[in-house]
Amino acid sequence: MKVWLFHLAVLVALAVLALILPAYHANNLARILMLAVFATGYNLAFGYTGMLSLGHALFFAAGMYGAALPVSLWGLGALPGLALGLLAGGAVAAAVGLLALRTAGVSFMIVTLMFAQAGYLTVIYFNQTTGGDQGIVLSGAGRMLAGLDMTQDGPRLMVALGLYAAGLLAALALVQSRFGRVMLAMRENEERSRMLGYDPFRVKLAVLAISGLYAGVAGAGYALLFGYAGAGFAGVQYSILPMLYSLMGGAGTVLGPLIGAGAMFYLIDIASGLTTAYLMGVGIALVVLVLFAPRGILGWVRERVLPWLP
Amino acid sequence: MITTKKTGLAPSRRSVLMGAGAGLLAGAGLIRPVWAQAAPLKLGFQLHATGIGAGYGRWYQRTADAAVKLINEGGGIAGRPVELVYEDDGTDPKRGAEVVDKLVSQHGCDLVLGTLFSHVVMGSAPRAGELKVPYLVCSEGYHVASGALNRWTLQPGITDVRSQISSMAPWVAGNIGKKVTMVYPDYAFGYDHRDFFTAAIQAQGGEVLAQIAIPPTETSFTRYFPQIPPETEVIYHVMVGPGVLTFVKELGEFYGTGAKPQLFGFIDSLEAVDTATPGLEFLEGSHFWEAHPRVKPADAGEHEAAYRAAVGVDDNGASTGDAADVATYSHMFSTWETLFFIKQAIEAAGYTGPADRQKLVEAMEAISDLPYGIERPQGAKTFNGKTHQAFGVQNISKIEGGKLVKVHTTTIEEGLYPDAVDYTTMAF
Repeated sequence: MKVWLFHLAVLVALAVLALILPAYHANNLARILMLAVFATGYNLAFGYTGMLSLGHALFFAAGMYGAALPVSLWGLGALPGLALGLLAGGAVAAAVGLLALRTAGVSFMIVTLMFAQAGYLTVIYFNQTTGGDQGIVLSGAGRMLAGLDMTQDGPRLMVALGLYAAGLLAALALVQSRFGRVMLAMRENEERSRMLGYDPFRVKLAVLAISGLYAGVAGAGYALLFGYAGAGFAGVQYSILPMLYSLMGGAGTVLGPLIGAGAMFYLIDIASGLTTAYLMGVGIALVVLVLFAPRGILGWVRERVLPWLP
Repeated sequence: MITTKKTGLAPSRRSVLMGAGAGLLAGAGLIRPVWAQAAPLKLGFQLHATGIGAGYGRWYQRTADAAVKLINEGGGIAGRPVELVYEDDGTDPKRGAEVVDKLVSQHGCDLVLGTLFSHVVMGSAPRAGELKVPYLVCSEGYHVASGALNRWTLQPGITDVRSQISSMAPWVAGNIGKKVTMVYPDYAFGYDHRDFFTAAIQAQGGEVLAQIAIPPTETSFTRYFPQIPPETEVIYHVMVGPGVLTFVKELGEFYGTGAKPQLFGFIDSLEAVDTATPGLEFLEGSHFWEAHPRVKPADAGEHEAAYRAAVGVDDNGASTGDAADVATYSHMFSTWETLFFIKQAIEAAGYTGPADRQKLVEAMEAISDLPYGIERPQGAKTFNGKTHQAFGVQNISKIEGGKLVKVHTTTIEEGLYPDAVDYTTMAF
């Protein structure tokens, strides 16, 4: 109960922030929330189940194009577009998982990376439809989500908050459930879980598909909320970013990805105003984090202050 | 409110310091131009300071700074001093949209300009439209005139790639050959060339024999060269990025000292690269499109010297401070010309602040004739208010002795094409 109240309080705090933040930061919050949805899903696979995937850019892009193409090509509404994006992310993740989960560890990382690269090149190859690296711009009419205009800052932030809240609560329910404990068992000792009668392949496939659903809805949301879809979002950095968000915020914590996404966003935002070598600043911050708080920001908090945090 | 006043014979240390500080400020005020009392006009510049566009970004910044210096020396814009606010977008479309937000909402800029790479323009334009802020890109992409963007996005400082390509075809067909094989990068920049040049050369009675798209991940090109049909008269190449040196070297090795087709390329491949670089010898005698000839032509316009001096470029197209620092000369003028376009539009609109942004865009749309002058060192242009796109002359240069020598200048008319959009009918 304490856990649920705590997370609800966080959501209330986010809602209050949404109301009081100045325009620039409020819009940043919408972006951070969508990235946090992506990273929350990534963290289910990585932080809770121990699957180090470098293929999540593919799932994110599947969601992004799964929503953007029907909306821009056939005039589909944004809400069905969002649903299609969600399903596209989950379906692609399940398909990749069926093949990639025959491997583990470093091999799994490489196989998922290869799938993602193939996905990126596919987006480029079908450039006359996808817009290739230049991408496609979604019209204002295609961005009316259930009567809410995504070209307006207020409704956009509301939708971003709604999507994040849904993602957070679902993740919390999942990791608190019996299945969540099986996920942890896979991370801690796969062979022992197998001996106890669990099928690691099925468990990991299910988690990867769920993680894909998160990536899909985040990609779809990003396209619909901000009006652009491009091959850049299918590039390898979009597999690495959710991992960094998770590591920074705390892998294996439900709120960690949000904290990581926010911290990373503002680290880049502030550092890029000071120096063109801002990525070095990001790198130094990560090294410092690994050295002094290897479990991430929230992992550190959990170890010292809030041991009950999921 | 309670105020206290200290009295005494000797002034306190604090009051002396305050008095001295006030005196310094007043003194500084005396030597500043009269318009310093007017609030500065803040122009946000979306800069590719890092990422793949960094080589261009460096020169875009220098050119924009030089233009603003000249504008301010001439009394600013509508009597107000101009201040450029730079934000690095990392040449990334996601960050680009965030930077537009930051420039407008955080820094309070009146408008945003300066974006070069097409994908950053595409990623950022929706946000500019949402914020209802004029967004003036220096990208040469066809994205503006194609109608893909919005009422707030304009490209007044550089001709778009469709026009550039179309205006090359008559000269290519008439001078170096009609049977063309195209080699281009397998992404948007390459597709514009593929589509528009193929159509333009067909209109001249020529034909494209083969279209060879090279994936962006490729680092060696030798295996693609056997696809070039032997009857090819012209190889049209638009490779860009770090692979271009390897591309040219391997093409040279492929043909050896035997007969070879004519080569025609776009200078985008070699912007910021010295054409006399070892390994590029194979390009000797080949032709390139240039918007603004890097090496000062003998018949350069009367303002060319002043422009080069202002932006710090010598007659060979390199930095006056470092001969190895070659300019992105065929693109950077766009920031200069865009800033003077902004000056013209703001003064015509009577723009006083963000509430007048719509009026400002309407004033921009009403501009059509942009004559040659120090405001437009690349050449005269016409601006199409309906398509939000400027059209200017283009040049063809030949590499002779490792240097680009201008051999032909097109007319503006050769680059015109039917309007694909009328932004003036769109809502703000």
